[in-house]
Amino acid sequence: MNINPTQLLSQVVMFAAFVWFCARFIWPPLMRAIENRQKQVAEGLAAAEKGRQSLELSAKQADEAIAAARARATDIVGQAEKRAAQLVEEAKSLAKEEGNREKAAAKAEIEQEYARAREQLREHVAALAVAGAEKILRREVDAKAHGDLLASIRQQL
Amino acid sequence: MLVMAAATQFSATEYISHHLTHLKGTLFGGGVHLDTLWMGFLLGIASLWLLYSAARKATAGVPGKWQATIELLIDFVDDQVKSVFPGNRAFVGPLALTVFVWVVLMNAMDFLPVDVMAQGTHFIAHEWRLVPTADLNTTFALALSVFALMIFFNIKVKGLGGWLHELFCAPFGSNPLLWPFNLAFQFVEYVSKPLSHSLRLYGNMYAGEIIFLLLWVWAASGVAGAFFGAVLGLGWAIFHILIVVLQAFIFMMLTAVYIAMAHEHH
Repeated sequence: MNINPTQLLSQVVMFAAFVWFCARFIWPPLMRAIENRQKQVAEGLAAAEKGRQSLELSAKQADEAIAAARARATDIVGQAEKRAAQLVEEAKSLAKEEGNREKAAAKAEIEQEYARAREQLREHVAALAVAGAEKILRREVDAKAHGDLLASIRQQL
Repeated sequence: MLVMAAATQFSATEYISHHLTHLKGTLFGGGVHLDTLWMGFLLGIASLWLLYSAARKATAGVPGKWQATIELLIDFVDDQVKSVFPGNRAFVGPLALTVFVWVVLMNAMDFLPVDVMAQGTHFIAHEWRLVPTADLNTTFALALSVFALMIFFNIKVKGLGGWLHELFCAPFGSNPLLWPFNLAFQFVEYVSKPLSHSLRLYGNMYAGEIIFLLLWVWAASGVAGAFFGAVLGLGWAIFHILIVVLQAFIFMMLTAVYIAMAHEHH
């Protein structure tokens, strides 16, 4: 096996040229591509993580909003029910009052009527009694002498 | 014993030495192995083209299948280099990648059936070896380049004075009495690195080639030889896939380790 200096040197030069080419045109673009892709993937993962977090956050916010709305709705329904009961109660008492008032008015009228009818009846009876007494006493009774008596009888009836 | 087809007949020794003979030529007045040079050059261009075809259209978006494959490779090499060399890998990374891909391709030439390929290479030259890394010149040229880089980074990182100080004062201590021992130790360390670096790869690939050749010699001896030669050849080829990639990986790792060591202060 013989070592040839010329061949050795030419192969060293060849090797140097290959390494130079590789270091100049092959290694940098491929490394850049790999590193850029790694960066892109990392960014994508970070963005996905951020998206997941904001999704969680908005889901929580939505839940809170729904809960608040539900509570408010319950509140409103409760108030409405209370108000309705109150209205019914008011209407009832109003109606009762009205009824009492009408009843009282009717009663007063009835009493008034009753009093007037009694007065009339009394006058009629008095008139009848006086008329009867006059008929009986036609002759014996002097209207003038017994006028006081007749008036007091009429009064008593 | 009839090994080659038709025209020529070889003995086993002739057959093996024929396949282990380089095509010799001259370049700039110096003797070279033309087959090793050409195979190494073409395979280097091929490995760069494989990588460049992915790098040319590299996108940070959805990568194509080829780009994804090359990215896996680059990521693997980068991880390996990072494990021994944590600093800026703008140079060591591409160095390791080039070494790995180039050496894998050169080693993989061992899978080509030599006698079938010879039907083609005979039109160029009678002698033509296919595996550049089974030529000590190739592995030594690579190891020597790494050695030169080692010296370069030693001086660049520690300064010439710092490096010389380390040569004389490490590992035993800075007492002047210890200088010769330190220097001798460092000398052995520095010489052993390129030697073991280059000889390991060369030895593995050369041995792999020879085992194939022995099997083919057996295969030419008769029906039983053909059967066992084929079965064992298949077994060795499958095992050789491991060796081809493993040796390239070791060569790449040692390259990274040696350069990383040049950056370390003692």
